[in-house]
Amino acid sequence: MRRSHAGARLTDEQREILLLARRFARNELRPGAAARDRNEDSFDPGPTRQLGELGFLGMLIPEEYEGLGLEMLTYLYVLEEIAWGDASVAVSMSVHNSLPTQTLLRHGTEEQKERWLKPMARGEILGAFSLSEADAGSDAAAITTQAIRDGEGWRLNGAKMWVTNGASADLVLMMVRTDEPGSRNGSKGIGAFLVPTDTDGYIPGKKERKMGLRGSETVAVTLEDLYLGPEHLIGEPGLGFKYALEALEGGRLGIAAQAIGIAEAALDHTRDYAEQRVQFGRPISEFQGIQFKLADMATRLEASRGLLYRAALAYDADEARKRKLSSMAKLNASETAVWVTRQAVQVFGGYGYSREYPVERLFRDAKVTEIYEGTSEIHRMIIARELYLERGSD
Amino acid sequence: MRRTEGMIVRSIVCIKRVPDSEARIRISADGMSLDPSGVKFVMNPYDEFALEEALRLKEASGQGSVTAITVGPEEARETLRSALAMGADEGVLLRAEAAADGLVVARALADEIAAREYDLVLCGKQAIDGDNMQVPAMVAQMLGVPCATVVVELRVEGGVAKAKREIEGGHEVVEFDLPGVVAAQKGLNEPRYPSLKGIMAAKRKPLSEKDVTLSEPKLELVGLTPPPARPEPQIVGEGPDAVPELVRLLREEAKVL
Repeated sequence: MRRSHAGARLTDEQREILLLARRFARNELRPGAAARDRNEDSFDPGPTRQLGELGFLGMLIPEEYEGLGLEMLTYLYVLEEIAWGDASVAVSMSVHNSLPTQTLLRHGTEEQKERWLKPMARGEILGAFSLSEADAGSDAAAITTQAIRDGEGWRLNGAKMWVTNGASADLVLMMVRTDEPGSRNGSKGIGAFLVPTDTDGYIPGKKERKMGLRGSETVAVTLEDLYLGPEHLIGEPGLGFKYALEALEGGRLGIAAQAIGIAEAALDHTRDYAEQRVQFGRPISEFQGIQFKLADMATRLEASRGLLYRAALAYDADEARKRKLSSMAKLNASETAVWVTRQAVQVFGGYGYSREYPVERLFRDAKVTEIYEGTSEIHRMIIARELYLERGSD
Repeated sequence: MRRTEGMIVRSIVCIKRVPDSEARIRISADGMSLDPSGVKFVMNPYDEFALEEALRLKEASGQGSVTAITVGPEEARETLRSALAMGADEGVLLRAEAAADGLVVARALADEIAAREYDLVLCGKQAIDGDNMQVPAMVAQMLGVPCATVVVELRVEGGVAKAKREIEGGHEVVEFDLPGVVAAQKGLNEPRYPSLKGIMAAKRKPLSEKDVTLSEPKLELVGLTPPPARPEPQIVGEGPDAVPELVRLLREEAKVL
C-alpha cells in the first residue's frame, strides 16, 4: 500500500475495497475535479450516483437493510481515498452515509427503514441533511423553521441554509421546530423529518458560490406550506436535536477523513513538483528548506490519521470517550489539512497561486473542514467540556 | 448452421497478475527480473476485457458460468479474488513460479481447461508485462479449437461465435463453431468496477489452488534492459524562421513526418 493505514493490518476484504476506492478516485474522480471546481454554477451528480452503484453509499448500513454492514474504520479508509480524488464528491458521500442513513437506522421504524433506508443502502435514494439556518449556525438550537400539526400530519414553513445536495438529493433529513411559537422549548422542541425533495412546497435555491468545494451542490431551501404525513417524522417530535447531534458525532469522523484525503493529495502533488522544479541549478527537493516542509507535512498528516483511527475504533467499540475523540480527530485533521495545503501552495510558489495548478483548489477545499459539522471553536468547547465530565469516571 | 438465442455459455477466462502500468519498474541486481518491491500488481488490463465479455455473455442469457484461471505465484490469489469480485463464479490458481516462456504457461492452462467442460476460452490478447502474445493461440492449438485474436466485438448465438478482429487499417469478421478461444483487444467493452457487494460475495465463492509443475522452458530469459533515457529537449530557434529546420528534424531525425 502506498499510504500507510496507521499500521493497520488490512483483511483481504478491506484491501480489495480500498484498492477499488483508490482506483475509482484515480480514474473517475481526479480527472474531472478541476473542471467541476471551475463550473461552479452547474452541478454534476454523476460521480455521486456512481458511488451509489458501486455500493459506497451503503457501507455503514447493516446487511439486513441491504447495506454492506462495514465498520467505521473501513468506511473512513474509503472516504479518504474519495476525498483524495475530489473533496466535493467526498462531502456527498460523507453526508449520506453518516447523517440521514444513521439516524434512520437508529431511530426509524421498520416501515421507514423498509421504505427509505433500503433504497438508500442500494444507492437509489441519495440522502441529505439540514440543520443550519441563516441565524442558526453554531447555535443550532436557535432554528425557527416550523412544523405545525395538520390533521394526522405536519405542515412545514421556513428557510434552511447550507444544504449539501439540497436540490439533487432525493430525501432530506431536516430538523424543524415542533414546539409552539408561543412556548419555545429550545433544543427540546425540535423534530427530525424525512422530507422528499419532490414534495410540493420544497423550494431549493440556486447553488451557493463558495470559496472551495465548488463542485458540490450547496443550496438554501425554502419550505412553503409543505405537508408531510405522520410517517415522515422520525422518533419523538421533541428529540430531533438529540438525534442530529448523535449523527454528527459520526459525521465528524467522515469530515476528518475528508480533510486527510485533501491533505494527502496536496502532499502527493508537492512531492512530485519539488522533484521536477529546478531552481539554482537543481531540483528544489534537494534544498533542505523544502525537505523540511515535506517532512513536516507528511508527519502531521500521519499523526492526524493516527488520531482519526483511534477515534474510529472508539466509535466502533462505543467507548465512553468517543465523543471527545471524534471532536479531537476532526479538529486536528481539519487544521492539519489547512496547514498542509498552505505549505503546498508555498512550495509551488507562483504556480501554487495559479488556478492552472491543483494546489490552490486543495487549499480552498481544505478550509471548510474547519467550519462545517462543528467549527474548530465548537470542537474545542466540546473537548474541554468532556475533560471535566470524564474526570473521576475512570 | 443452428442458431438459438440465449444459449448457455460456459466461459473460462485466463488471467494474469502483472505490475500496474503506473508502477515504476526497476530491474533487479541480477539483471534478469523485475524488482517487485514497492510495485503494485493488478489484473492484466486486456484480461479485464476478456473477463468483462464473459460476464456479459452470462448476464445476457441469464445462464452459464464464468471460471477464472491463472498460472502464477501465491500472490496471484489476489488477482483471482478481483475476478470473483467482478462477478466470476469460480477461481482456479495453478501455483507455479513465473515463466518467461509462453509455451509452458499455455501447456499448464490447456491441461487444466481440457479437464473441464467449456464453450469459450477468453484471454487478453497479450499481457502488458511479457508482451509475448503467445498464450491464446497456443492454448487453442493444444485444445485443438479455433482461435480469434485481437477481438473488438463478439457475438455468440447458438453454437457459433462471430468475432470482429482489428487488422491493419480496418476490421475482419470471422465465425467459428464453439468451443473456441477468443483473445480480447481494447475496445471490446468497458470493464466494470467490482461492486462492494461483489467484493464481499467473493469470499464465499470457490477458489481452488493446486501446485503445477511447468514443463522445461524452451525459451530462456537471458537479460533485461530498461528503455533508453529520453534525450534532452532541443530548441532549434524561435518564431517562423525556426519552422523549416524543425520540419527537417521531425522528418529526417525523428522520422515522425
